[in-house]
Amino acid sequence: MEFGPIWRAMMRNKGGYLLIALQIAVTMAVMVNAFAIMQERSIKMSRPSGIDDANTFSLVSVGFKPDMDAKTLVQEDLDLLRGLPGVVNAVETNSFPLRQGGWSEGLHREPGVGKSVSSSAIYFVDEHGLDTFALNLVDGQNFTPDQVSWDSDSPDFWPATVIVTQALAEDLFPDHEGSYVGKTFWFNDENPANIVGVVERMQAPWPTWTGVERSMLVPLRRESEFARYVIRTEPGYRDELMVQVEELLSGSNKDRIIRGLGSAEEARKLSYLGDAAMIKILSFIVVLLTAITGLGIVGLASFSVARRTRQIGIRRALGATKPAIIRYFMLENFLVSSVGVVAGGVLAIGLNIVMVQAFALTPLAWYVIPVAMIVLWVVGQAAVAGPARRASAISPAIATRSI
Amino acid sequence: MFRYYLKLGTLSIRANPMLSALMVAAIAVGIGACMTIFTVRHVMSGNPIESKNDQLYHVQVDNWNPDDPYEEPDGAPVQVTYLDAKALFDAGRAFRQTTSFKTSRVVQPDGDDARPYQEDARATTADFFPMFDVPFLYGAGWDRASDETQDHVVVLSRELNEKLFGGEDSVGRTLMLNDEAYRVSGVLDTWNPVPKYYDVNNNPFEAPARLFLPFSLAIAGSFDNNGNTSCWKPVEEGSGREGFLASECIWIQMWVELQNASARQDYMNFLNAYVEEQKLLGRFPRPLNNHLRTPSEWMKYNEVVDEDVDVLLGLAILFLVVCLLNTIGLLLAKAMRRAKDTSLRRALGASRAELFKQHVIEAGMIGVAGGALGVVMTWFGLRGIESIFIEYEFMQHLVRMDWSMVTLAVVLAIVSALGAALYPTWRTCNITPASYLRLQ
Repeated sequence: MEFGPIWRAMMRNKGGYLLIALQIAVTMAVMVNAFAIMQERSIKMSRPSGIDDANTFSLVSVGFKPDMDAKTLVQEDLDLLRGLPGVVNAVETNSFPLRQGGWSEGLHREPGVGKSVSSSAIYFVDEHGLDTFALNLVDGQNFTPDQVSWDSDSPDFWPATVIVTQALAEDLFPDHEGSYVGKTFWFNDENPANIVGVVERMQAPWPTWTGVERSMLVPLRRESEFARYVIRTEPGYRDELMVQVEELLSGSNKDRIIRGLGSAEEARKLSYLGDAAMIKILSFIVVLLTAITGLGIVGLASFSVARRTRQIGIRRALGATKPAIIRYFMLENFLVSSVGVVAGGVLAIGLNIVMVQAFALTPLAWYVIPVAMIVLWVVGQAAVAGPARRASAISPAIATRSI
Repeated sequence: MFRYYLKLGTLSIRANPMLSALMVAAIAVGIGACMTIFTVRHVMSGNPIESKNDQLYHVQVDNWNPDDPYEEPDGAPVQVTYLDAKALFDAGRAFRQTTSFKTSRVVQPDGDDARPYQEDARATTADFFPMFDVPFLYGAGWDRASDETQDHVVVLSRELNEKLFGGEDSVGRTLMLNDEAYRVSGVLDTWNPVPKYYDVNNNPFEAPARLFLPFSLAIAGSFDNNGNTSCWKPVEEGSGREGFLASECIWIQMWVELQNASARQDYMNFLNAYVEEQKLLGRFPRPLNNHLRTPSEWMKYNEVVDEDVDVLLGLAILFLVVCLLNTIGLLLAKAMRRAKDTSLRRALGASRAELFKQHVIEAGMIGVAGGALGVVMTWFGLRGIESIFIEYEFMQHLVRMDWSMVTLAVVLAIVSALGAALYPTWRTCNITPASYLRLQ
């Protein structure tokens, strides 16, 4: 191959080639880091919530007349909801995964209010909570009806039994092996909680929280004029039931309003709106950037061909074949790209280190770098192909003319 | 000469239309990407109450857990307890003071068929309106006496007044909220501070409340707090609402207006004395950690601008760098190709300075075109962001371009183009005419 002569020819006009190499390097640094962020976000967005997102929806009943009998109203509503055709189960609760608003508590291994050892999202439910959220119980059992209490009936706010997620159990008892059922932790100095069941997964309401996998079901019903219902339907019934349930509940009692109707899928979408936007914006930037760099290479190569018309003609006249001319430009571009992607690799890692430190991003996976190198090599070769073909079409007769 | 160089520049741009278009497009796209993100950042990091930034202070006192700071390593809680809100408000030691929280009310419009609906409300005090320069269309806020007497008075946002009273002057009219009659004391003019600086703890990027009513009334009526509540110590079992109000849970925003530095110092001394006094009663187990922060300090402290915006801005700047490297390369190639013309001009007596001027003017023309197109690109970029966030209605307030951003876009484009032209121009000016002229 003609690496030697091409390299020496390039060294005589370093400035221009250096600029392309630098452009490729910065392009690569942006591309690699953008990809690392996109990958991180898409992993985050694909985490399962633990509930049946596709068939679940929620709404809120807000009573606005004084002296409303909240207890009776909630029980009537639940009986009505659970009896509707197409409804699998329904529960009154305070929040659901990825709703972005909820209740969290610091937890202790010993009684006391000192530094908490863990923290968890709290979902207040009755014995229908497990089934409504379609959780996968991996150990222990569901609450029995007598374990569920009304806050107004008991002097103690916190019930004595809870169901926790696997992640919460592991965080609370990192050294424990075997079943977590029967283990006890404390909400504060007076209220111990005994684990009666462990579910595989149920996310907290806050997608950005580091403890998003830590949550628990608490068998407590709170008497309030504000009640949130979560309803799980048979597949395919969700959308019609959303309309139907809203009408039914609005009509059943004039002393309350129904609001906040929305599916778990919508809540999920809203939760990850910023991440989805990041992915869209970054892909757009990467595509545009690659296009600009590609077009730049086309422009520069065209210039170089135009400038060297006479030399190319002379080479052709001296016996160089068309493929030899094409090869010359392709190789030249390959050399520039190689310098660019090697520098780009270093730059990309440097930029990643800065971003990891400044923005707590996950460090990039090693294979992104070789992949980006290959992509940029291919883009470079594709960009130079057109001008190279034009160069090969230059007639040897040019050599005999004096411009 | 300037006009002559403009003419030369036009000719040169016309001679290579594709190449010139590529340069203009590269600059425009680079500027567009940078300015799109920068505009969003500019809005998010704005301070709507700049004019009173040295008079308003958010109050922080540290009542948190002795074993576990509110925020590592020694951050004070970002809201206050009812106990402290009430005590500090009643002391009345600042020129103006306000305690407030986010709540909601069910509005019952007149007429039997009208369905009631819920609206966001803010429970606050009389000083809220003058402190934050809140504009009124009709009437005014309630007076300080109503803070004491728990009067049923309400201030409506302009939008809600339009919905309820068709935009008429509704001062003195009656409005039913949760089955209680309120007298309308005022209607706000359009007011949408971005960020919502008076309560950044509960989403700084949302529209302000549509109802404002007295804090004391909301406390007496046990209105729900729709904002964040954080507790480190359990509320006493079975103590109900009274117990919650007496607890160490934080959920209230407190602001004071202090007219000068000495008033600020006095208030700080007062806060310290207050905490010392409370320590004697067994509260405030942590070291003295009180803060008065101005709106701009407060927004910075709470990191109101999303980190993602900074990540994007960084990448967009690198994007602009690539676009400029691209332009430098193209300008260089063009300069080399014109080496013969340049040599001829040099041989005929043009000085280096004159050549430099000629090329800089040409680059400036490309910069102006790139900047103008860049403003258009920014506009499209912002519309793009808006459409990505279609489910988040408030986004429309974050993608507004003002004149300062337009100017910045054009200036940045021209500076970039001139910067990009430096190296190619320098190379051109250093051409030895003889080496190019002797060839043919």
